[in-house]
Amino acid sequence: MSIGDSDMLGVTIAGIKMKTPVMTASGTFGFGLEYKDFVNLNKIGAVVVKGTTLLPRSGNQGRRIAETPAGMLNSIGLENPGVDEFLSTILPRLKDYDVPVIVNISGNTVEEYGELAARLNVADVAGVELNISCPNVKEGGIAFGTNCDSASAVVKQVKSNTDLPVIVKLSPNVTDIVAMAQSVEDAGADAISLINTLLGMSIDIHKWRPVLGNVVGGLSGPAVKPIAVRMVWQVAQSVKVPVIGMGGIVTAEDAIEFMLAGASAVAVGTANFINPCAAQSVADGMKNYLRQRGLFHVSELVGKVNI
Amino acid sequence: MPKMVVEARIVRNTEIGVNVKELVLYAPEIAVQAVPGQFLHVRVADSYYPLLRRPLSISGADHITGTVSTIYRVVGQGTACLAALTSKDSVDCMGPLGNGFVIHGQRPLLVGGGMGLAPLLFLAGALCPRPIEILMGGRTKEEMFWADMFHNKCDAIHITTDDGTLGSCGVTLDLLPEVLKSGAFDVIYTCGPRIMMEGVAKVAKTYNIPCQISLEEYMACGIGGCLSCTCAGKDGLRKKVCTDGPVFWAQEVMS
Repeated sequence: MSIGDSDMLGVTIAGIKMKTPVMTASGTFGFGLEYKDFVNLNKIGAVVVKGTTLLPRSGNQGRRIAETPAGMLNSIGLENPGVDEFLSTILPRLKDYDVPVIVNISGNTVEEYGELAARLNVADVAGVELNISCPNVKEGGIAFGTNCDSASAVVKQVKSNTDLPVIVKLSPNVTDIVAMAQSVEDAGADAISLINTLLGMSIDIHKWRPVLGNVVGGLSGPAVKPIAVRMVWQVAQSVKVPVIGMGGIVTAEDAIEFMLAGASAVAVGTANFINPCAAQSVADGMKNYLRQRGLFHVSELVGKVNI
Repeated sequence: MPKMVVEARIVRNTEIGVNVKELVLYAPEIAVQAVPGQFLHVRVADSYYPLLRRPLSISGADHITGTVSTIYRVVGQGTACLAALTSKDSVDCMGPLGNGFVIHGQRPLLVGGGMGLAPLLFLAGALCPRPIEILMGGRTKEEMFWADMFHNKCDAIHITTDDGTLGSCGVTLDLLPEVLKSGAFDVIYTCGPRIMMEGVAKVAKTYNIPCQISLEEYMACGIGGCLSCTCAGKDGLRKKVCTDGPVFWAQEVMS
């Protein structure tokens, strides 16, 4: 008897049915359509689109990326065409694909998060992910993600404005990740995703200037993986809602580590820049791993690390 | 045809100037599609450092031999990795990416500086049989090996060097008005340092000659997903250098 992909890899996270547990991390996969020549979008667990705001944003000035050991810094600054353009132009084109679309949203105020959630409460959006962890914008973003009370306020506002599942993306730039996770769970989060990027900096020793135009930026890539695995492990034990693990996943082995730490699904981020079919390759590799281990379903891995 | 990711065998990777190498890849799927101005996005090593791909302008493509070429200067860790590869190796290569030059008019002038001359080399071949003139600049005579490469593609080659060791002493912009007066050019294609292209675009505007520029920017994905390389368009919209460019009409991105 042969077991099909969805039979082995299919998961449902906060009511969002996915063919594989491998999603794409916001900001690393555009709106999905940019990748259609390279990867079969129908084979991705879910596409989490670029952080979307009420009004268009042009992002940060100057150089926006810098390569670092086993990683990269970015300071894009939430450049995006705004929610109206997303709803009128981009979302209709995503309908051609059989993949859940999760919209990452970011606001300057609690009310803006609520308004965004209300606007996106439409049939073709599978869920929203609250970006309370962007390190690259002055207002909003991480300001909400480093304080339990404001994070909680954002989640409550969004929950009262949408029927969709609400995923909250946490920042690793906090003292107590578990406290943050518990706050957003108590506020009604349906799932928690982590980690967003770690705040970092790179200096050009020839020019004595920061490499990034924005001086500091978010560190991602394999370099952050052990931190992400640790935080997923800590959070998964402390909350009942599903955890989506991300941070430096390049290979299936990386993804499996996150699942063993307690993630019910994972997201591929920086790896999309290196290999545009990374999300699909990771899922394929997970299936092979399950077969080799004689396992029937990916959920058999979740939180199974023996301490 | 879709853009693709291929494992491309290295045909040769040879030094053509001081710290400048030409990489020729066997990638027939890319070679058959490539147009001047497009770029390759190359994984220079199967490693985590360097991690990201490197965008490299296509300097030539031959759909009969199935090869595609690029010319690069060894400047950092990524290009050092690339420089160490030999014909025994292959590289993971995406391409052809971006939008190329629009073939326009009958009397083109090419203006290039430094490594910006690489895509113009490919363009010069595509503009044949039009009479082509090129204005090229570099720091010193040693950098002007380019002149030989353009020799059989161009009707006239105008050269400037910063130190005056070859051609006129100065930069391309100093010589540009004189070159423009000498011929009835109906299009200018430029690639090189940003400051040079801005100057060329300004002069082109004064002379009322359409001008295409090829921008260079730091980028991660190369396919419009990461927004590392965007710039402000004059229409008020953001432009992605990787997918809306790298070639633009000057007025799209410069005033």
